[in-house]
Amino acid sequence: MDGRRIDELRPIKIEVGTLDKADGSAYVEHGRNKILAAVYGPREAHPKHIALADRAVIRCRYHMAPFSTDERKSPAPSRRELELSKVIREALEPAVMSEYFPRSTIDIFIEVLQADAGTRCAGITAAALALADAGIPMRELVAGCAAGKVDGKVVLDLSDIEDKQGEADLPVALMPKSNVVSLLQMDGSLTEEEFKQALDMSIDACRRIHEMQREALRHRYHVVKDEADKEEEATEVNA
Amino acid sequence: MHAEQKQLVTPGDLLGEGPYFAGENTYRDGTKIYAARIGLADIVGNKLIVVPIKGAYIPRIDDIVLGRITDIGMSGWQVDICAPYPAMLPVSETPMQRGRDIGRRDLSHIYGVGDLTLAQVIAFDRTRDPLLTTKGRGLGKITSGRVARITPAKIPRIIGKKGSMITMLKKETNTDIVPGQNGVILATGKNPDQERIAVEALYMIEREAHSSGLTDRVRAFILNEMKGKEVGQQTSSLT
Amino acid sequence: MSATRQLSPVAKLEQKTVVDLIGKGKRVDDRGPGDYRPTTITLGVVEKANGSAQVYLGKTKVLAGVKIQPGTPFPDTPDEGILTVNAEFVPLASPTFEAGPPDENSIELARVVDRGIRESKAIDLKQLCIEPGKKVFMIFVDVYVLDHDGNLIDAAAMAALGALVNAKMHAFKVEKGEPVYLEEIIPIPMQNYPVSITSVKVDGATVLDPCLEEEQVMSCRLTVTTGKDDNICAMQKGGLGFLSPDEIKQIVSTSISKARDLRAKMLSNVK
Repeated sequence: MDGRRIDELRPIKIEVGTLDKADGSAYVEHGRNKILAAVYGPREAHPKHIALADRAVIRCRYHMAPFSTDERKSPAPSRRELELSKVIREALEPAVMSEYFPRSTIDIFIEVLQADAGTRCAGITAAALALADAGIPMRELVAGCAAGKVDGKVVLDLSDIEDKQGEADLPVALMPKSNVVSLLQMDGSLTEEEFKQALDMSIDACRRIHEMQREALRHRYHVVKDEADKEEEATEVNA
Repeated sequence: MHAEQKQLVTPGDLLGEGPYFAGENTYRDGTKIYAARIGLADIVGNKLIVVPIKGAYIPRIDDIVLGRITDIGMSGWQVDICAPYPAMLPVSETPMQRGRDIGRRDLSHIYGVGDLTLAQVIAFDRTRDPLLTTKGRGLGKITSGRVARITPAKIPRIIGKKGSMITMLKKETNTDIVPGQNGVILATGKNPDQERIAVEALYMIEREAHSSGLTDRVRAFILNEMKGKEVGQQTSSLT
Repeated sequence: MSATRQLSPVAKLEQKTVVDLIGKGKRVDDRGPGDYRPTTITLGVVEKANGSAQVYLGKTKVLAGVKIQPGTPFPDTPDEGILTVNAEFVPLASPTFEAGPPDENSIELARVVDRGIRESKAIDLKQLCIEPGKKVFMIFVDVYVLDHDGNLIDAAAMAALGALVNAKMHAFKVEKGEPVYLEEIIPIPMQNYPVSITSVKVDGATVLDPCLEEEQVMSCRLTVTTGKDDNICAMQKGGLGFLSPDEIKQIVSTSISKARDLRAKMLSNVK
């Protein structure tokens, strides 16, 4: 609808480490979505009784700012936000090596500053980066992207207008190295063939987004070949 | 080995395949070894490791840490050592009391809430919180100096190869610098200006830990600051 | 129910460093007692909102968004639009913020920012009337704290003002009691630009724009909000410490002139 090809992603911009106080953070612009994710942890479990003996408790909160949508949204968490908090946690948790930190919590916060369809997928993309930025051990990153059906055609990465007027929405999150899907939801109407097309399309898009994630992480921790060792030895000789 | 030595890797990156062991911050999946955290890939013997850039402090036995008293209990103190687990310093592990029956009021005379202590980790495992001792040379209550808090992963960089970086810092700023393995560093100097310069140098090292020529740049920064301060000191002593 | 704050998560020695420095007229980040941290205000960061502004005050980051929607007026002000200011201390901004309904700190902040805008009559609410007694425009100002490194009140007030200045709405005419939107885009009718200045008292000395470490050792804080004619329109003391009448007058005087400076800088950047 916005002039893109059926399998073309909306423009994506990623920044890692944007916040100061959080242990890890990332900011993702995906189309007109603007999503900020932050991670605190592993940290002491509060209250103590929620702690698990053999691994960290992962907590996830997906929340939308009141000014993020066309109509102002009340800041109190809605049922939708609670459901999304759950499916997002379930998409990220398998990638986190939480057994490293028993009896602690890892808290993930996703704030949607502006919403334009596909927020849970962009939220996962941002949250995975925030986890990595916090130095939390992970098997791999997780990337998210939705596909759907608009005007009878299977298309990738619906915008808000396309989502509202379209016939189906299929958000997907992928763990690219293992090639497994950790988030899958669908609403609307799709034939089996259309579903397969949509799934393949979104998985392919998740891989492309994963490359952007890796690039953003590398950009954040830009490393010059470490010559510090060589000059350390030189310093010792002089000292 | 797939990744180059000192290459920046992100979670899920393939490090190597075949006759290697999976070292710190890596994991094995079949014959392949992958990175679990952002960091620099390296090889130690035939072990593939990732040197992390950031991450929470996980206590190890024998670590020297700087902690803050948060609570006074029946037989000791609870200490915040910036780990996901609160640490315990029992009275029996302080050099002072032997066999006396210590009441809570007496405990607070030794350490009150908010006091800083330099301690050593004597016990820690997955099932219980870290245990500390202050029986040891140089350990105990800290009453003067300035504190810097950096990410624990950068402590080795503060120390430098064979202690070269920290030796330079101490010499040029004329302060005693005690780095806790938990990322909390104490700088004690003859005057607050020297302490401030030392602390700023420490944060500079944290920010630029992986760039080349760091030791020289830090030394230059310190010398520049010290010059400015000398002038300042002379002026204020006249008034 | 309001309860005493939890203990400070900072060691006594570190608190002493901050206090000692301030006593000598210096500060942890090398500022002078009357200096504000480097400030950046970016307008229009959230296009879906009617107006928005992002403020970086040192490491403190606050985002404010304005939404304008039709609604029912209050019975005692039937021909005036409605202003509502809300603040969210979302947990990602600080290890001390918890998820949940607004706590007393975020409510206090929202109300102080609200008073500054309302009492300075920054918005000409009468121009937001659609049909008296039946329909008016509601202006929602939502302040979102993203990164807490001290002085959230001033950062929030700056962001709220920026968002209001940035806000655009469709011009409208009234037909059968309902707004009919025209092509023309107009700003919110603003007639004043309140600026809040917060000072904290640390062991007898006063510093402006406290960073987080300074807030953790302060005995009390005083926020003074002034309008463009140097009239004081809102004040708020916070914390358990005391201020003498002379200290208050001194702080108020400093705040008025500082607000003048900040307002000039802000408005020159906007234009």
